[in-house]
Amino acid sequence: MALIVGIDLGTTNSLVAHMAGNGPRVIPGARGQTKVPSIVGLTDNGLLVGDPAKEHLVRDPSRTIYSVKRFMGKAVSDVADELKYFPYTLQEKGGVIRIQVGEKTYSPPQVSAMILKELKLRAEAHLGEEITKAVITVPAYFNDSQRQATKDAGLIAGLEVLRIINEPTAASLAYGLQMNTQGHVAVYDLGGGTFDISILKLKDGIFEVLATNGNTHLGGDDFDRRLVDAVIRDIDALHGVKVEDSPELMQTVRLEAEKTKILLSDEHQAHMAVTLPDGKGTYERTWSRDEFEALVQDLVEQTMTPCRHALSDAGLETGQIDEVVLVGGSIRMPVIRSRVQALFGQTPHCDLNPDEVVALGAAVQAGILAGENTEMLLLDVTPLSLGIETMGNVMSTLIRRNTTIPTSAKEMFTTYVDGQTGVDIHVLQGERELVKDNRSLARFQLKVPPLPAAVPRIEVTFLIDANGILNVTASDIRTGESQSVQVKPSYGLTDEEVETMIRESFQFAAEDIKARQAIEAKTEADAIIMATEKALKRGAGLIPADEIQSIHNAIDELRAVLTQEDHRLIRARMADAEKVTHHLAEALMDATLKEALESKKLSEVTD
Amino acid sequence: MSEHTPLPDAGRGRDLPMARSMCWHCQSEMTGEYFCGRCVKVQPLSKELDYFTCLNLPRKLNLDEQALEETFYALSRSFHPDYYATKDESEKAISLGNTALLNTAYRTLKDPVQRAEYLIRLEAGSAKDIRTSPPADLFDEILELQEDLEEFRSLSAGESDARRQELLEKLQVERQALEARKAQMETRLREQFSRWDALPSDGAVTGQAQKDAVLTGMQEILSNRTYVKNIVNDLVAATSPTGEDGRNIWH
Repeated sequence: MALIVGIDLGTTNSLVAHMAGNGPRVIPGARGQTKVPSIVGLTDNGLLVGDPAKEHLVRDPSRTIYSVKRFMGKAVSDVADELKYFPYTLQEKGGVIRIQVGEKTYSPPQVSAMILKELKLRAEAHLGEEITKAVITVPAYFNDSQRQATKDAGLIAGLEVLRIINEPTAASLAYGLQMNTQGHVAVYDLGGGTFDISILKLKDGIFEVLATNGNTHLGGDDFDRRLVDAVIRDIDALHGVKVEDSPELMQTVRLEAEKTKILLSDEHQAHMAVTLPDGKGTYERTWSRDEFEALVQDLVEQTMTPCRHALSDAGLETGQIDEVVLVGGSIRMPVIRSRVQALFGQTPHCDLNPDEVVALGAAVQAGILAGENTEMLLLDVTPLSLGIETMGNVMSTLIRRNTTIPTSAKEMFTTYVDGQTGVDIHVLQGERELVKDNRSLARFQLKVPPLPAAVPRIEVTFLIDANGILNVTASDIRTGESQSVQVKPSYGLTDEEVETMIRESFQFAAEDIKARQAIEAKTEADAIIMATEKALKRGAGLIPADEIQSIHNAIDELRAVLTQEDHRLIRARMADAEKVTHHLAEALMDATLKEALESKKLSEVTD
Repeated sequence: MSEHTPLPDAGRGRDLPMARSMCWHCQSEMTGEYFCGRCVKVQPLSKELDYFTCLNLPRKLNLDEQALEETFYALSRSFHPDYYATKDESEKAISLGNTALLNTAYRTLKDPVQRAEYLIRLEAGSAKDIRTSPPADLFDEILELQEDLEEFRSLSAGESDARRQELLEKLQVERQALEARKAQMETRLREQFSRWDALPSDGAVTGQAQKDAVLTGMQEILSNRTYVKNIVNDLVAATSPTGEDGRNIWH
């Protein structure tokens, strides 16, 4: 069994972990850092991912993509109100956002795939073997489109996604290993861009999720933005500078706001300084924790409603919760901790590193899938009700939210008019009555043999698999024949698009290899040029003048091709140069030997 | 109540029907329950398998909830896709299908109302689908309530506040009355559960009339209860200040 890694593909940071002999371990990068910032820089000189991309963000914001997770499985209209915070322009094709960078556009799964690839490389370098299989985590409240987009990202990155698991439940696996808890556990997970609450029952190694709720657009980013908005107003009032007009300044303010927020988790005051462009001076202000908490109070409250809904769906009162676990970077804010403590009436656990616990849990799940761990079993639920559109633009629910997955529902369809050959089906996800208030997942058409009305009987099975992803199959009850269903996702890439992107990603990989080869060749060529020039100085009198001239010519020709990206051409000129310097090298070697011998003789004489 | 219902031993040792009596993989005769005795491959659960049999319980309505959970966990350990990730596609498909059926069975039997509705479908056949109907004695009262609710909804906050307040109070009183009524129905349903469980389970022809009487009684309570429950939900949605169901889950 090839190794399976666990990946936390986060809004702000991503991590990869694996099962080491005695437990899950986060795989560090070359400099020991465990987090890879979920940032991608698409520069002229190639792709930057993680820390280098973060450094690139302020220099070249329009070509640096961050928080792409907020766009997964979304259309442009879904994110319209937050566009001002992003430095790039968005387009839409087939219900999928495309991020415009220079001449090219990238879908969110493609950008996520770049981050996944970086994690894959990191794991391969650390573990010394090829990694092709992974468990990837998603927010529990992710809908079908968002899960599918995550799975697509894995495929594009060259990873077989063996399981999509929910972040709070992954965290519960990591905590379960550590604490050996039994009873009811609430996992409060506030990350960079998403919020989840899951209520679990732990018993003899079974992790049964009773209910989950959340908000896939509420996280640390939103807390930063409150501070960003306040700073924008301040800078305008005090300095007359419109921050929104400069993408570079906007990113500086955003990063300063994030820094200030983080400082205020440990300190009661934090100083902020932003240098304004064009000699307009410096904006400075000291923020107190109280001021910050006043700005975000309603965001904190927004996390409470899902907690109450989840408890009510689980059929539990706060007093029946045995343990509360806090997960995600945003739980470092003291205001979050005290609010959660007030709701559940007990001190929450946060012993495991809140940034790493989800990746650790994903690795535990990877161990379960690999058959290495038969003690633990996760029984998760679907976060949202699934249904179909019926007469009057109403959603008819087939699978209720918080149903344990995998689960299936069957529905019989027939025709209304004689000879009708198709039945259109519109699949929805959500808790509201009307079609328009729910999320459209997909549409498909059932093929029906031409028969009198109401005679055909087509049974459609809607199956939500263990990844929380919908699969549709249909069969003709009269003939017993099953038919394949071509489901067209409403907010997702088609299979063909994903395939194209996989091919393109190989092509990008090929381009990356070419770029790397060119860089390596250039470095070697530089070394050869330097060594040859040094040798010419020392050995000028050892070889004939015409040879010296041809060496000069060869070096000039090598220099001339260094501006090109063709490593083969560079290597060919390197070979030419080596050929003509061969005699010089020999002559130098002889001279050195002779010197050595002479000095030896000299030493013999003196002895 | 459940602990007084003895679990008949017959229920434990019953033959568990599989899709075939032959292993789908090695074609040898099935000896094990869920796994082939020879090649140890998991076997598909029969589509005709009823939920009580699936969870190894007698067809009773006051059931041993702890036994139900224990069996569910044990079977989850046998079938769950997480334990089949390294197996071939056929086994993965069987694991998925079995787990989906198991989950549905568990969910249905765990909830007393769904359990009763399922038993009625199982015993009386699909012809007797449960309709929702108002309790006969509440008919006039509910008619008036619906009118009040309609009027309350049509009045927006800010105009005719006095009338709004009057209606709100009236509706809240009605809501409490209906919730009490619903609780009462649930008590009556539990009584029917005990009557059902006390019937002889040997399938004697003489028992059929008694069986039908209990089933019909339960069916009526269930359809009234669903009706009342829907009205209570409407009342909660209309009269609660936050609008419980008005939340936009997409943001």
